[in-house]
Amino acid sequence: MSRNAGMLATIHPPEHPPTAWATATTYAGRTIRQFVRTPQLLVVNAVTSIMFLLIFRFVFGGAIATGPVAYVDFLIPALASVSGLFSSGAVGVAEDADTGMFDRMRSLPVPRAAVLLGRSMADTALITWGTFVTLVVGFIVGFRVHGGLVGALAGLGLCLIFAAAFSWLQIFLGLIAGSAQAAQGVGFSVFPLIFVSSAYVPVESMPGWLQPLAENQPVTAMVGSVRALVLGGDTEALLGHTTTWFVVRALAWSALILVTFATLSTRRFTKL
Amino acid sequence: MTSSAAPNAAPAIEAHGLTKHYGSRKKGMVHALAGLDLVAPAGKVTAILGPNGAGKTTFVKAVATLLRPDAGSLRVAGIDAIAHPEKVRRVIGLAGQTAAVEPALTGRENLVMIARLFGHTAPAAKAAAEAVLAEIHLEDDADRAVKGYSGGMRRRLDLGASLVGSPRILLLDEPTTGLDPRTRIELWESIRSLVAGGTDVLLTTQYLEEADQLADQVVIIDHGRVIATGTPTELKSQAGRDVVEVRVAHGHDLAVIAEILAPLGTEAPHLDEPARRVAVPVAEGTASLATAVRLISERGIQLDDIGLRRPTLDEVFLALTATGAPE
Repeated sequence: MSRNAGMLATIHPPEHPPTAWATATTYAGRTIRQFVRTPQLLVVNAVTSIMFLLIFRFVFGGAIATGPVAYVDFLIPALASVSGLFSSGAVGVAEDADTGMFDRMRSLPVPRAAVLLGRSMADTALITWGTFVTLVVGFIVGFRVHGGLVGALAGLGLCLIFAAAFSWLQIFLGLIAGSAQAAQGVGFSVFPLIFVSSAYVPVESMPGWLQPLAENQPVTAMVGSVRALVLGGDTEALLGHTTTWFVVRALAWSALILVTFATLSTRRFTKL
Repeated sequence: MTSSAAPNAAPAIEAHGLTKHYGSRKKGMVHALAGLDLVAPAGKVTAILGPNGAGKTTFVKAVATLLRPDAGSLRVAGIDAIAHPEKVRRVIGLAGQTAAVEPALTGRENLVMIARLFGHTAPAAKAAAEAVLAEIHLEDDADRAVKGYSGGMRRRLDLGASLVGSPRILLLDEPTTGLDPRTRIELWESIRSLVAGGTDVLLTTQYLEEADQLADQVVIIDHGRVIATGTPTELKSQAGRDVVEVRVAHGHDLAVIAEILAPLGTEAPHLDEPARRVAVPVAEGTASLATAVRLISERGIQLDDIGLRRPTLDEVFLALTATGAPE
């Protein structure tokens, strides 16, 4: 007993609380290790993406007219852009709240906002995994890059930015859900955003009253920007706008989503 | 003013008129804390006892700066917890039902992570994890994933996680709820050795035996306020009477025994049929016991056991909470 008390006496209280960066990277490290060591989590994330990909590629794809662009080339950039909306980030956040992990974090002398930043970093990595799986399966079922290497890399870069923005949306949904099960349902609430966009079908094929909505929402801008970069300038005619028009809108939407949900989430998480 | 000069002179925790409501006026308010006054002296183990919903966890959360009280004052190690929660977080460690360990990480990884989040450098975090693993006897399982741990090992790790920052005050929220008796005793041992090392402890529990075993001071709360405070011994004598307890060899004798004991008791005998036991508080201690023995042997009833004992904290608790808090 006295030996043990002696062991503990060797620990001295740290002189300073951890920095925001140390906090964020420590929490991100824990969360990423949790993903990697929970194969179900990675599989579920991949399976959802693959399922939608295959259904649209082989079931609905034949009935969707995309002019001079092959449907698989139309589809894959879109799915790569929106993997953040299919991610289970909200469930993970709700679980951290459920299990008491967040309470433990909030009882520690950490900058509280940095905990969520770490969560966002890890979730961005998880979403990027979904994008990677989409691209690999996409290549297998016939997707090819037509816009050159620079365009492809720029498109990939945009996907990462969208991932970061959507990770904050997922964090917010997870925080307001109340339980992991509810988070699952809340996660589905973003599906209209995916379907009422140009992700799966050209906006022109929708009824007239729906088109303005589909045309002016974030997913259409994001999907359009990656498509234009990956498929090359020739597709601009099909998409109806220039590459720049799409990229500027996509970045603006990403910034808006990121700032809005980072602010709302942080406010919720840090309040005493 | 927060005095950093002599923080140990201040009580570990000092709450006055602490109030916390949930809900709204329209839908009905829940008064989780209804003007709670509590002083946990430094250098002691204080146990908060109460039924579910009494406000135990709300109080721990307020001390851990996880929620802000609606009214009242709260000082933790002399620091005003409402004005300077970030300073409080540097001196507390939280474990139990409100905190968690990560199942996908190993025991060691969990401790290193929390140590980093207390502010340790990477080498210091490793060393702190090592020291804590020895303390909680998890060295052999340190590099296994926590999801393979037993419930008791998880609780020990959870306790350990609250220690890596060398906190002055340890908050344990129902640390042994749901554990089997042997594991519970092991965890008590760990907590005792910490206390011997000089850590102040505030623990909540539903188990009176736990409070009896670990605490120097017991605070009984119900409906968000304190209804009794004292050492376990003081509380037992507050409830007064010694108890004559009889265990019969054959269950069918229970009713007869109760009938024999009834005139000796200050209240109706309490029957515990599965345990074949009758207990009754008596006014005259050993004299009452002698009378009971004589009356029972006259009837020739076979007993397993008969004795006189102090009331348990359970009986104290039930007596106090039955009368209820004044509204």
